[in-house]
Amino acid sequence: MAYRWESDLTDDDVTPLSSFINRRQIMAGMAGMGLGAIAGPVGAAAGLDPNTWEEITSYNNFYEFGTSKQDPAKYAHQMTTSPWKVTIDGMVDRPGEYSFSDIMSKMKIEKRIYRFRCVETWSMVVPWNGFELADLLNMVGVKSGAKYVSFETLLRPSEMPGTRYNVLAWPYVEGLRLDEAMNPLTIMATGIYNKPIPNQNGAPLRLVVPWKYGYKSIKSIVKITLTDIQPPTSWGRYSTNEYGFYSNVNPEVNHPRWSQASEKRIGGGLLARKMPTLMFNGYEKEVAAMYKGMDLGKYH
Amino acid sequence: MVVDRLNGWLRRIPVWAVYLALSLPPPILLYMGLTGGLGVEPIEALEHELGERGLQLLIVGLAITPMRRYLGLNLIKFRRAIGVMTFVYISLHLLVWLVLDVQILNEIWADILKRPYITIGMLAFVLMIPLAATSNNWSVRRLGSKWRTLHKLVYGIAILGALHFVLLVKGFQIEPLIYMAIILGLLALRFPKKRRRVVA
Repeated sequence: MAYRWESDLTDDDVTPLSSFINRRQIMAGMAGMGLGAIAGPVGAAAGLDPNTWEEITSYNNFYEFGTSKQDPAKYAHQMTTSPWKVTIDGMVDRPGEYSFSDIMSKMKIEKRIYRFRCVETWSMVVPWNGFELADLLNMVGVKSGAKYVSFETLLRPSEMPGTRYNVLAWPYVEGLRLDEAMNPLTIMATGIYNKPIPNQNGAPLRLVVPWKYGYKSIKSIVKITLTDIQPPTSWGRYSTNEYGFYSNVNPEVNHPRWSQASEKRIGGGLLARKMPTLMFNGYEKEVAAMYKGMDLGKYH
Repeated sequence: MVVDRLNGWLRRIPVWAVYLALSLPPPILLYMGLTGGLGVEPIEALEHELGERGLQLLIVGLAITPMRRYLGLNLIKFRRAIGVMTFVYISLHLLVWLVLDVQILNEIWADILKRPYITIGMLAFVLMIPLAATSNNWSVRRLGSKWRTLHKLVYGIAILGALHFVLLVKGFQIEPLIYMAIILGLLALRFPKKRRRVVA
């Protein structure tokens, strides 16, 4: 059987639904104490208390809905996510249009609590629900010779006010090397906190590659193509020297706009202290072998 | 005329009222940041609010001369208050960046040297210091005609401030370009008029 990634966090580490729903009604200090008590010592010791539902769903980068962090939560409800089809083509045995419900009926949904690190130097911990991308790729059958996977986000200007401006060249595209796509850590997320993933977080299905900067984890996917050439990425097209194809979280390789040595975990409020960023966002053990011998400064 | 009535009304507003009104938003924003009113990432929100309001005040300050020249609207007596408060907002913007955002001393220094938008923002701030320091009657008397020349630095500061905004955003965004266009427009309004005056 294929290796399955095991979370070092358990259900006990997840903030219960009732706690984060009530959070707004409780005084901030009380909520902090309550959360601490509920989250328990394991999560606290690992420093991996998941962010609240409110934090995860109200602070997003999804430029198709606008460039401010609040725009996705404000406008993403306009996006129709049902019915939803994903075209899977290129070097696969069974190319075609797969409906979201069809995919869901064949996939094993798991819970994955991952660190999420944005290139803008903020971070979160998100309790995703989803399936391994490898399972989906095996379902369609990857042809030998395929080396890369490219992904494309929905482009529907009537429902996506941000696409009226060419902030980036639409549609948003991303790519992974095949071994990265097949890594057990790589998932297609379909939920957060056991609820369907909200539109602003990339409904109905999005990629999550926890050891790479957030923009690699492309949202609201409509197309997946297997190919033998390295596919373009939206941010790479905008500025190659700022946004490399790999974009692995690496505290030693600075981005021209931001030092990547440390990060700010969302939820700490106005007086939040920065924390050091971990190599491969803390997933070095699981992924470092894929990049053995590569100059990670050159292939950033 | 409307402008005359407006000027008469403006004459009755004391300058301290402008200082007071512009002093209120920063503590309110700070309070909101501490109590969740600025969203889940209040540091970035506070930093951006202060920076953007500072840039807006800079634009108001630059608009005073063209408004008097072309519309007859007299806001000159508020100009110093607006200039000083611009400096206060930008200083607070810088302080939030230093203390709450970057936090780490060697990262601050690296940012100033290595990141062009921060280098430019920092330069604009440094250039504001002599202007803030000479925004008093004693300096105006003391410097005489040199005071006017010195305070023309604000033209460069405004362009640097807008450039700081243009460079820091990701992707091709419109908002900072609008700020830049307004600032360049306000500066352009000053120059042809002078030439015409010389001819007249």
